[in-house]
Amino acid sequence: MRYSPLLVNPMRAELTDAGFDELRTAEEVDRFMAEKADSAILVINSVCGCAAGQARPGVRAAVEHPARPAHLVTVFAGQDAEATEKARSYFADVPPSSPSIALFKDGEMVYFVPRHRIESRSAEEVAADLTQAFERYYAVAAS
Amino acid sequence: MNAGRLPGHRERHELHGITLVVDTDGPEIYIGRCDDITDSEVVLLDVDVHRDGEDGRSKADYVERAAQVGTWVKHSMVSLPRRRVASIRRLGDL
Repeated sequence: MRYSPLLVNPMRAELTDAGFDELRTAEEVDRFMAEKADSAILVINSVCGCAAGQARPGVRAAVEHPARPAHLVTVFAGQDAEATEKARSYFADVPPSSPSIALFKDGEMVYFVPRHRIESRSAEEVAADLTQAFERYYAVAAS
Repeated sequence: MNAGRLPGHRERHELHGITLVVDTDGPEIYIGRCDDITDSEVVLLDVDVHRDGEDGRSKADYVERAAQVGTWVKHSMVSLPRRRVASIRRLGDL
């Protein structure tokens, strides 16, 4: 379902204000994925109040961590449908859910947080989950 | 299970929107997003269903995998009679 920009834009801004680049088209997604970034986080943003309300602040807190990935990108499920579908095609063996969060290393997905692991948690718990993954996958590269 | 309702969700159960694992007294186990739970039924949206032993996987095997990555939607909505429901758990807690 597409929502009014008046509702959605603040949800976009929660991530872009934290340094995330929005990928709004399938071409932008392909271009980003072709770079095979050494470390990247992709957030599938969502209007869903049951989970996205914890996801965005959790992600914002997590990317303050020194081992955070170098590249921060996001697509918006339900609003930028082609970009979201294209992004999901890069981890097609994972059932789609939103919000959700994928971590990439050298272009390969190494960690995934599906919606059900966000909706039952606080923003602090989402952040803790992500920062543990940052340390596991990126800490050496960050030092 | 607490059957209370949150302010603003007066028409829906407090688990509305949460991904649930609903086991039955039969071979089927369901995973879907809670729409509502009433005295008579459990209504799930975006639902996957697994039959015990299907594809060589027990109910426990199926839930373990689902807890890691989620599930593929097979049905947009499923309504289960409460008398058939053996347990209700949050997938995120497993």
